Amino acid sequence: MIRDDLRIGVFVCDCGSNIAGMVDTEALREYAGTLPQVELSIRNKYTCADPGQQEIQKSIYEHNLNRVVVASCSPASYEPIFRQCIEGAGLNRYLLEMANIREHCSWVTDDKADATQKAKDIVNVAVARARWLYPQDEEKIPVTDAALVVGGGIAGIQAALDIADSGHKVYLVEKKPSIGGIMAQLDKVYPDIECSI
Amino acid sequence: MMDVGRHPNIELLTYSEVEDIRGYVGNFTAHIRRKARYVDEDECTGCGDCAKECPVVVPDEFQMGLGSRKAIYIPFPQAVPSAYIVEDKECLGQNPIACGKCIEACEKNCISFDVQDEHLEINVGAIVVATGMDVYDPTALDEYGYRRFPNVVTSMEFERLVSTGGPLEGHLGRPGDLKQPRKIGFIQCVGSRTQNPEKGNPYCSNVCCMNTIKAAQYLKDNYPEIDISVFYMDLRAFGKGFEELLMRSKASGVRFIRGLPGDIEEVDDTGDLRVTVENTTAKRLEKHEFDMLVLAVGATPAMGTEPVRRLVSLSKSPSGFLKEAHSKLKPVDTPTKGVYIAGAAESPKDIRESVTQAGAASSKASILLNKSKFSIEAITSVLDEDICKKCGQCASVCPFAAITWEKKQLPKLISAACVGCGNCAAECRYGAIKMRHFSDQAVYAQIDAMLEENSANKIVAFACNWCSYAGADTAGVGRMAYPPNARIIRTMCSARVNPEFIWYAFKKGAPVVLISGCHYVDCHYIDANRSTVRRMDGLWDGLEKAGLRTDRLLLEWCSAAEGGRWQTIMKETEKKRQSVTSEEIDGTRTALEDAKIPRPRNPKASDENQDADFVCMRCGYSWKGNYRSNVERICPQCRSNSIRWLKKKKNK
Repeated sequence: MIRDDLRIGVFVCDCGSNIAGMVDTEALREYAGTLPQVELSIRNKYTCADPGQQEIQKSIYEHNLNRVVVASCSPASYEPIFRQCIEGAGLNRYLLEMANIREHCSWVTDDKADATQKAKDIVNVAVARARWLYPQDEEKIPVTDAALVVGGGIAGIQAALDIADSGHKVYLVEKKPSIGGIMAQLDKVYPDIECSI
Repeated sequence: MMDVGRHPNIELLTYSEVEDIRGYVGNFTAHIRRKARYVDEDECTGCGDCAKECPVVVPDEFQMGLGSRKAIYIPFPQAVPSAYIVEDKECLGQNPIACGKCIEACEKNCISFDVQDEHLEINVGAIVVATGMDVYDPTALDEYGYRRFPNVVTSMEFERLVSTGGPLEGHLGRPGDLKQPRKIGFIQCVGSRTQNPEKGNPYCSNVCCMNTIKAAQYLKDNYPEIDISVFYMDLRAFGKGFEELLMRSKASGVRFIRGLPGDIEEVDDTGDLRVTVENTTAKRLEKHEFDMLVLAVGATPAMGTEPVRRLVSLSKSPSGFLKEAHSKLKPVDTPTKGVYIAGAAESPKDIRESVTQAGAASSKASILLNKSKFSIEAITSVLDEDICKKCGQCASVCPFAAITWEKKQLPKLISAACVGCGNCAAECRYGAIKMRHFSDQAVYAQIDAMLEENSANKIVAFACNWCSYAGADTAGVGRMAYPPNARIIRTMCSARVNPEFIWYAFKKGAPVVLISGCHYVDCHYIDANRSTVRRMDGLWDGLEKAGLRTDRLLLEWCSAAEGGRWQTIMKETEKKRQSVTSEEIDGTRTALEDAKIPRPRNPKASDENQDADFVCMRCGYSWKGNYRSNVERICPQCRSNSIRWLKKKKNK
């Protein structure tokens, strides 16, 4: 069931002219504000810049937001940064949703009306998903401080030495009676024609 | 090598094999069988008195069979550990009555036949797979006469023949009569770069050009009078100092002839070899005579890699070498968290590259081991035990062995091994598996939102996080304009897309539904996207059964780099949408009202490699071909991946 205490904030980014050049971002901001459970919608020139991020954090505090939708670029670029941002304001990092209105909209549409309509849809879909986001705890699992290196050729030898030098226990397993692998069988090696062992 | 033996943090387990690996990142348990050496590794001084007495003489594998050793032996003088070993399959008898001469000879009493294989269980947080490569065996290449003519040797045998530690102690001689050769020919690309599977592998083995140039230069430095020719198709001297060495060898008089020999014959009873070759630079057929020929044999995936690969659920590249997590950005990571690759197990490599990659792999492993706790992204699967019917389907499709199941039991979901692809959730027909952060409800809400208004103009598109969504990003970065009708739902993998989502979208009025994901070779979840295809085949059958047009459901693979392909997919999908009438959309709602949600169509083993009928859902082209579950389907006409595998018509 969707919670009835949702307070969603939508942050629309101009990205300079990257988005605003093709999408009517003001109309988009207004539209986002009309969507159910959206508490406020704000437009920024660059949401990812410090002032933009501060505005998100301020809005979370002042309006008691509990879901955040950033309508800007691909999550591949900025999702980690906006997650950190909302976390800094006390929200769980999984309560963020990104609406990709740049790579998937303003940059690939050559008609302003089409682009604005598509951006509205994308934001509507992102808000719909945001309503179904829940705080998630990342499970933390213990790590055994030891490594297994399988194979005692030059790669295995080097990996074992490096890990061991970093201060970790290493088990180096080799199926032959000696380590050395193919390299030990070579007489000389290139490019300096020197001994292999 | 010596450093390994001395390092206080390294426990060296030679003559040992990994028999089992269980667990997940940070918490692996490995079972190691340490085979009996019968010689106390710590006590043996390597004096060799035992081997002098041993009556058993066998070919020495370290010398590529060109020398001999005893049944009790040290693999080579610099071996680590520096200890003798008894090969029990060769030893006359472990009963002192049968032989036991070595035991008598050993003054330190470090030989005992009363020891047995040891089973060790070790706990580790990270694993580095460095199982190396094997050397191609050219016996199958009849034209080169290897094994028929004693003086045709492989490059590995040549190494032992010239080595001071070799059977001839550094006095170069050819195997047939031990005479020092005056003319030597090298033949490149033996077992490499061929499209004929009977003659080797399609890939370049990376090290053979430089290895030959090195060998030729070494000969010129030490035996300037020897005449040397190298037969090649392309010379690849691309590394630091490589081109310089090639130039030096040319200046030293090594002759490079472009063309691989077509035939080799022995000259009468001299042991000399006559080579017939098409010199492609001079454009003429030439004959050359040599005292000895060296075959620059390529590399093959190591036999020993396969069992380890299975134990830690890694995938293979088409070449058979291990597949890395990402060809450019994650070359030492694997899809299994906590497992890294180093060296030639990943692809043929020389020493310098192996060392570099080992450094990278150990750095990755150390980053993990430096943490006392490891955080798992909260996108993993969770079981609703009240709904689960204990059928075990989820466990059978998990590419990471993150779900274990036993008959009549609830499956166990190991969240630490789960990477969140969602294949299990899409396979579960009871809805018992939930994905954290990518819930079913969220997907339904997204579909509702995108079809809220003007649904007849919309394309419902699913895109996987890694490739197709990123491919759409690339189209954006390249400003490749396309029709604005598609609305994307991002999932981690196309295998997350439950057939129910698609049914739901059609019922809600979607004219066209598109599923997109990574190409087969790129799948970020080993082979999870093969499940997508099984489900698509089922859905196409289901649409047909409901009396609907099957081509309203499309499937496309698009890599993160293929922005242009994404643009084409969008244009073609929009064309398809325009062909769907409002009557059809209305009819869909009623047709699917009571229609069952189609189950995946699972291929049987007997379908593999059989003739089958295919039809392209994008352009309608149909053809007969070979059904292979692990080969990406693509339309020969329009390059679409929306290829329906038609059911065989039953003979009545």
